[in-house]
Amino acid sequence: MAAYTITPTFQRVLHAVKRATLHPRCWLLNFRAQYVTTHDWNEKTFDKILIANRGEIACRVIKTCKKMDIRTVAVHSDVDSSSVHVKMADEAVCVGPAPTSKSYLNMDAIMDAIRQTGAQAVHPGYGFLSENKEFARRLAAEGVTFIGPDTHAIQAMGDKIESKLIAKAARVNTIPGFDGVVKDAEEAVKIARELGYPVMIKASAGGGGKGMRIAWSDDETREGFRFSSQEAASSFGDDRLLIEKYIDNPRHIEIQVLADKHGNALWLNERECSIQRRNQKVVEEAPSTFLDPATRRAMGEQAVSLAKAVQYSSAGTVEFLVDSKKNFYFLEMNTRLQVEHPITECITGLDLVQQMIRIAKGYKLQHKQEDIPINGWAIESRVYAEDPYKSFGLPSIGRLSQYEEPVRLSGVRVDSGIQEGSDISIYYDPMISKLVAYGASRADALKKMEAALDNYVIRGVTHNIPLLREIIVHPRFVAGDISTNFLPEVYPDGFKGHPLSAGDRRELLAAAAALHIAAQLRSQRFLGEQRVSAAAQERRHWELCLELEKSVHMLAVSHSRGTYTVEVDGEKVEVSGEWNLASALLPLSINGSHKVLQCLTRSPAGDISLQYLGTTFKVRVLSVLAASLSKHMPEKLPEDTSSILRSPMPGTVVGVAVKPGDTVAVGQEICVIEAMKMQNSMTAAKTAKVKSVHCKTGETVGEGDLLVELE
Amino acid sequence: MIGCKRSRLLHNSRWYSISHLSVQDRIEEKRRAALVGGGQKRIDAQHKRGKLTARERIDLLMDPESFVEYDMFVEHRCADFGMEADHNKYPGDSVVTGQGRINGRLAYVFSQDFTVFGGSLSGAHAQKICKIMDQAMMVGAPVIGLNDSGGARIQEGVESLAGYADIFLRNVMASGVVPQISLIMGPCAGGAVYSPALTDFTFMVKDTSYLFITGPDVVKSVTNEDVTQEELGGARTHTAVSGVAHRAFENDVDALLNLRNFFNFLPLSNKDPAPVTECHDPSDRLVPGLDTLVPFESTKAYDMLDIIHGIVDERDFFEIMPNYAKNIVVGFARMNGRTVGIVGNQPKVASGCLDINSSVKGARFVRFCDAFNIPIITFVDVPGFLPGTAQEYGGIIRHGAKLLFAFAEATVPKITVITRKAYGGAYDVMSSKHLRGDVNYAWPSAEVAVMGAKGAVQIIFRGKENQAEAEAEYVETFANPFPAAVRGFVDDIIQPSTTRKRICRDLEVLASKKQTNPWKKHANIPL
Repeated sequence: MAAYTITPTFQRVLHAVKRATLHPRCWLLNFRAQYVTTHDWNEKTFDKILIANRGEIACRVIKTCKKMDIRTVAVHSDVDSSSVHVKMADEAVCVGPAPTSKSYLNMDAIMDAIRQTGAQAVHPGYGFLSENKEFARRLAAEGVTFIGPDTHAIQAMGDKIESKLIAKAARVNTIPGFDGVVKDAEEAVKIARELGYPVMIKASAGGGGKGMRIAWSDDETREGFRFSSQEAASSFGDDRLLIEKYIDNPRHIEIQVLADKHGNALWLNERECSIQRRNQKVVEEAPSTFLDPATRRAMGEQAVSLAKAVQYSSAGTVEFLVDSKKNFYFLEMNTRLQVEHPITECITGLDLVQQMIRIAKGYKLQHKQEDIPINGWAIESRVYAEDPYKSFGLPSIGRLSQYEEPVRLSGVRVDSGIQEGSDISIYYDPMISKLVAYGASRADALKKMEAALDNYVIRGVTHNIPLLREIIVHPRFVAGDISTNFLPEVYPDGFKGHPLSAGDRRELLAAAAALHIAAQLRSQRFLGEQRVSAAAQERRHWELCLELEKSVHMLAVSHSRGTYTVEVDGEKVEVSGEWNLASALLPLSINGSHKVLQCLTRSPAGDISLQYLGTTFKVRVLSVLAASLSKHMPEKLPEDTSSILRSPMPGTVVGVAVKPGDTVAVGQEICVIEAMKMQNSMTAAKTAKVKSVHCKTGETVGEGDLLVELE
Repeated sequence: MIGCKRSRLLHNSRWYSISHLSVQDRIEEKRRAALVGGGQKRIDAQHKRGKLTARERIDLLMDPESFVEYDMFVEHRCADFGMEADHNKYPGDSVVTGQGRINGRLAYVFSQDFTVFGGSLSGAHAQKICKIMDQAMMVGAPVIGLNDSGGARIQEGVESLAGYADIFLRNVMASGVVPQISLIMGPCAGGAVYSPALTDFTFMVKDTSYLFITGPDVVKSVTNEDVTQEELGGARTHTAVSGVAHRAFENDVDALLNLRNFFNFLPLSNKDPAPVTECHDPSDRLVPGLDTLVPFESTKAYDMLDIIHGIVDERDFFEIMPNYAKNIVVGFARMNGRTVGIVGNQPKVASGCLDINSSVKGARFVRFCDAFNIPIITFVDVPGFLPGTAQEYGGIIRHGAKLLFAFAEATVPKITVITRKAYGGAYDVMSSKHLRGDVNYAWPSAEVAVMGAKGAVQIIFRGKENQAEAEAEYVETFANPFPAAVRGFVDDIIQPSTTRKRICRDLEVLASKKQTNPWKKHANIPL
């Protein structure tokens, strides 16, 4: 470092100078140095902001506050008292016990926290109270600034029926549908028939895919009505539903808008969010491969006109469905900061949280529409604690026993609110982080995302990296040929992990063999021990028998100076690299190509689980002798799963439909488990009599817990 | 041994002339016969049961081509019941014995051959086992027994019984001199069970091994109980209910490969230091997850295994008795490559209290470590001894004293970390400073006191109002590490994330520790 100190302000000026003189791409690639705007961070806004949220978004807001020299107050539930957002904030207030209704949704406690700490403004993040007009009203009543739009806009856009009417009036394209609240299941069926199937049933107060069902028939409409109203009631305390024509095979593309309190509004380009499961986004990117400049402008202008129609201020998102002919229809407007906002920040260089704060203070927008660039490409993967092999992701819980984010890679941003040792509990959203990769081109961004996923160490909970890693390399995704049906179309029988090619198989087997031999060699090295025979250590050649996905391979391995030469199925594979048996990541050079694998477990009996290309593979490595003797070992029969019903995830039993002695038919609902506010119907795998029921309504169950036994 | 015999036979021409059949041919024939034990038919039957033969087991256990067999020509000497007939003689009889290498280190092994008279123990069989045990003690190397035997050779009567006793005596003499490991891979019934019981570790193979004094038939006739072999003495019973076995494995192959791994933790004898292997896990690695592990509420549970896995090398922990008395966790791991024994109260099970079973489990483990120069690391979160009539009538006083005794007499390096509660007598027991703990740490969440706040306040402030206030005062005074730290009963209060670094450094310092107990014939542990 130089002998003088750079003051923060001087540094900012320096950055501004650099930005002005360098090619835009250069600062884009340096983006992880942090959110760049062409603006003075010292602009006077608030002294202290309370963040009424938890997890990654609370951390995200605090980061910008720190830059702006604003003191921060975190609120937290008792189980969150040592979480990252609490540690990052200048002050923290406990607002109640773990259930969100008693803590993060507890307005009285949060209002108390505001009074107690003297916060001048509140950033609500997303979810929780972010789109709650009552909360905004109470803040206004106490003279505290809500960092978001005003109550009027929240109310108008929060109600899907009202928002659609306003949109129509603002000359925004809308989806044909029933403009009113549906009374009951039968009325739902009637309307559905009029619109023509398929239809979408959704909660009037909804968002985030909760309380949303698609129906293709009368029966599905009735069932969907029941589920959606229950979910809507439990998630939003409002069971009103509406129905509209379902646009089949659409894309989900949304426009980020930014509006100030002086009637100015901008659109900050689009985000492509078509990769979804159960109407929840999984992978997002900005810009979209699908939009041409004309469509982009048309969508942007409609979004801005809607924002102006409701006197919108702050950051907001207008969601559209786009069909294959680039017709677009207004879906809804989210009056908050979106989960996927980082990708917009990447391509525009704006810090949306900073913009929200200064807008809330009453400043005018400082950009003009023509100032808004699209620089490079950004992709976001939502890394969740969930099992992607079950319905593309059922929640999983646990303690992060090991956790390392791939932040050292260039062009990678990780927004998270957890750290090694954190618990992913049943109380909150199971998101681990938002992993963002950005590059000069889409191909560049995708390459970086691949590396980021491979270098991401998450142990202790099941996570969806296998699915994310497959999506981003899938030919259809790479070609930009996607829709909201991408996952069910690409994986009609459910996600099964990475399909191994013959070449993959060789690489994986060679890596497993190298790892096994390295462990063998080390187990013969004792330090300072006189009584060890040298014979074993002199060995340089081994024959191994490997089992992978039920097929058996004979391998010849030789080792010399850190390089393992493995002969697999008649081909030579060389494995080398700087790695050891203790490191979480295995950066290997396999036949000269660089691959990062992870060894998850390694047992003395030769079982190795390796994460390779995102998916975890189990390989059994045995000596030829052990393998030949293994054939005598008795096969242990797995339990018959058709007669037992186990909970596929941790959650709460919200209903049990059977009792012992009842006869159930295949597919009949047995009980309903709620986890992370999703209701999951558990059905019978065969027609049988119920032998015993091991759960009752209101009980919490863990993953794999026995629920019901059939005869 | 065989090698030297053979060379004498080959070069002494007079030996050849005496025999009708060439001696060389006879040697070859005997050798061939020895290798097939009870014959192909019985080998097939053994395989069909999901079991390997005695020799296959040795091949898997030992390094390739390292096994040296003893007594291949020994035959039984019984002349009753037609046993003297040639077809009833098997070279080597019903056990294979010898020595070899496991990852380059010496081990003696005997492997009972179920294909020969059901692996039954004859005088000759016992003599073969005794021979390797005697030599193992002389050279200082562990003895591994692979048990698969129907019991005594009934035809031999008292000679067989004498054989058992000869083995028992050697098990006792070898105890604390060389590690002794039993792997039960088939039946082991009657008097035979006492040999594994006298060894340091007894492992079992699930579904194919059982241990009992008397089988289900005798049980039925004596106590009229209906019980299967598996329920009476299978792996599940002994690893979860009786505590006779220390761990069970899936099958023969799994068990033998795991045994190789386990062997690497052990020193060869009481004169050898605990082994040190090459370690890639940095000894100064911080474990940030530990800073948030212990919950704020002292009544809330957490998993002691999270601490252990976080701290030891490469999360590699070989747990002993994982399914028995789960309120205490014991097992082997490495710190910076060096084998250590780990003892920890498990708050997840019965709040981590000490009861009869956990005391005995802990005590036996501590004594093994002390006998074989393995440093002991103790993690303390203990609310006390478990109260109640079941415990008192069962003799918790006597059994709890075993753990106290074991920790007190141990002279190996002893490092103790109080992670949360250390209440009452249990605080003293768990390798406290007062029992010659070498380095005793407290985490900031530690509370060392006679009892929890509620109980204490009810006694100190009996009948007084304002119990809540008194409780708060008690918590303020005792629910922190200071009372112990100001008295020097803990050496330091450490940040949990630095625990691995601290322990690795201490172990290095303590490696040269020398401490002896007063001369005695032997101590009198309250058995």
